[in-house]
Amino acid sequence: MTREIWGIAAEFADPESLVDAAVNARDAGYRHVEAYTPYPIKQLEAAIPDRRALPPIVFIGGLLGFLTAWAMEFYIAVIDYPINVGGRPLNSWPSFIVIMFELTVLFASVFAFVGTLALSGFPRPNHPMFNLSRFSQVSNNRFFLCIEASDPIFDAKETADFLADMDPVEVMEVDED
Amino acid sequence: MVTIEQRQRHATRRPDPDVDLPVIAPSQTLVTVTEQVSSIPLYRAAPGLWWVMFGVGLTLLSIFAVAVTYLLSKGVGIWGINIPNAWGFAITNFVWWIGIGHAGTLISAFLLLLNQSWRNAINRLAEAMTIFAVMCAGLFPLLHLGRSWIFYWILPYPNTMTVQPNFRSPLVWDVFAVSTYFTVSLLFWYLGMIPDLATLRDQSRNRFSYAFYGILSMGWRGASRHWKFHQKASLLLAGLATPLVLSVHTVVSFDFTVAILPGWHSTIFPPYFVAGAIFSGFAMVLVLAIPIRSVYGLHNVLTERHLNNCAKLTLATGWIVAYTYAIEPFTAWYSGNQFEMFVVHNRATGPYAWAYWSVLFCNVAVPQLLWSRKVRLNPKALFTVSIFILIGMWLERYMIIISSLHRDYVPSSWANFIATIWDNATLYGSMGLFITLFALFVRFFPVIPIYEVKELLPYSHPERGAAR
Repeated sequence: MTREIWGIAAEFADPESLVDAAVNARDAGYRHVEAYTPYPIKQLEAAIPDRRALPPIVFIGGLLGFLTAWAMEFYIAVIDYPINVGGRPLNSWPSFIVIMFELTVLFASVFAFVGTLALSGFPRPNHPMFNLSRFSQVSNNRFFLCIEASDPIFDAKETADFLADMDPVEVMEVDED
Repeated sequence: MVTIEQRQRHATRRPDPDVDLPVIAPSQTLVTVTEQVSSIPLYRAAPGLWWVMFGVGLTLLSIFAVAVTYLLSKGVGIWGINIPNAWGFAITNFVWWIGIGHAGTLISAFLLLLNQSWRNAINRLAEAMTIFAVMCAGLFPLLHLGRSWIFYWILPYPNTMTVQPNFRSPLVWDVFAVSTYFTVSLLFWYLGMIPDLATLRDQSRNRFSYAFYGILSMGWRGASRHWKFHQKASLLLAGLATPLVLSVHTVVSFDFTVAILPGWHSTIFPPYFVAGAIFSGFAMVLVLAIPIRSVYGLHNVLTERHLNNCAKLTLATGWIVAYTYAIEPFTAWYSGNQFEMFVVHNRATGPYAWAYWSVLFCNVAVPQLLWSRKVRLNPKALFTVSIFILIGMWLERYMIIISSLHRDYVPSSWANFIATIWDNATLYGSMGLFITLFALFVRFFPVIPIYEVKELLPYSHPERGAAR
């Protein structure tokens, strides 16, 4: 029975080598690449592009919150439970603004949070990368680059050689579960 | 050619003496940061002073439990409140606690937008403080309701009574403002902590902590895509939280300004309350950060720079507060309104004059010590000044509430407010809730943001590779 390979990972000791390797992998035509780092590194966003974006999700959330608050306040104050306060109009919208603002912020924030989890695929307690024993050092001081087997130009031998040329600490195969 | 403006700017810029204060001590590496912060929750025995803190918190919390149980069984009559002093301690405590909560979001959101890198080490602690302070704050209006178990009647929901809240009332706005603020602060705090919880997961030495932090970190792998969305979300949440934090205390101040009582019915209240909130919040940040950095030896990440900057912000917001103290009597005099003038006179000379003069002493006189660089860099002195500010800000809210209520328009309804033992028990008891929660947070969670401190290390920023 042959082992299923999920990808080939290279470990780097410093952020410069990792960014160089990620740029080289992109230039070599690899698309299913992921870098793992202990803190955010700005340069990787260009080297490992991801076209999905969070801001539209947050905007929709904010809009939804605004409309929810407006509809709720209008319906309750004008239709469902009208209260005559000194003969003032039932649709006294200036006094509704505060709750419209609060719900706009609330919905946008919840969408930002849930959107981040969804785009990152959380919660996901297990992942092939965790099969590497040294992977636990990523959250400490190590930098990993993994080219996944799903990549169209992935080849177990060639990809391993390609990564070995990048001056890594170690190149290792990542098992599928 | 050099313009006159440029030359002037050049000539007047004196070297800033605080530039030499580092945000982070030298000779730190990624490994030392990981070990230092993760050792606190994972394998370091809790220091004796932590047990003292936890013990004091639990003792006060037990008092709180007794006070609340008695309150729920007997009703709000056990407090000193009565007409005309209907608000008393409960609302004073509410405004005080929620004000304290403001500095956390300000540090984490506002300073993030302004790209102030010194916030990186202190923001986790300040956000935790916000969450616990808002929890304490939120309890008081509920307890003050009298029948706290039907608090949800304030929320709009379809019900068999076919009644609905009145959205023209600031008290209803308050429910939305405070609950939104709590939720957003909690999300911001938790989202920021996920990468650090993953570090704790990876550093853990037993199965229990591995599972605990593993579940909480939700499978964080530090992938570049994780970071991208995480950083974007932090920025967006900061942008959303900054106006929110200003709105919350504004809405709290609307509770006062919409009433027609002299001393409350004033347009200066929203900025007055927001500045006071941030003022007391920074004082609380200092009160918490100073002991924690000395007990856990965190001087290398919570440096003098942090104390210095917090102290400066305290001084600045303190002056905004002092300005409003000066404007209030001016407005009363300029209005020519005899009721307004009476309130000002009565505050300074009436039965609560002791509160008024204590407020001026604690919030205006004592903070002036912060002009001195020696005081700002001396933790003990800074701690003492902060305690004075916290007491002063509590008394300020007490003064605002009681001095306006106890002398309203009809002299036949005048009465003084006298706090009972249960008023005091709930006030000190709520501090117990706060201290207990904070002690548990320090014990079990990363009190310093690990990845954000790592970002501050000079080693962390690749010079090469960006342009290609």
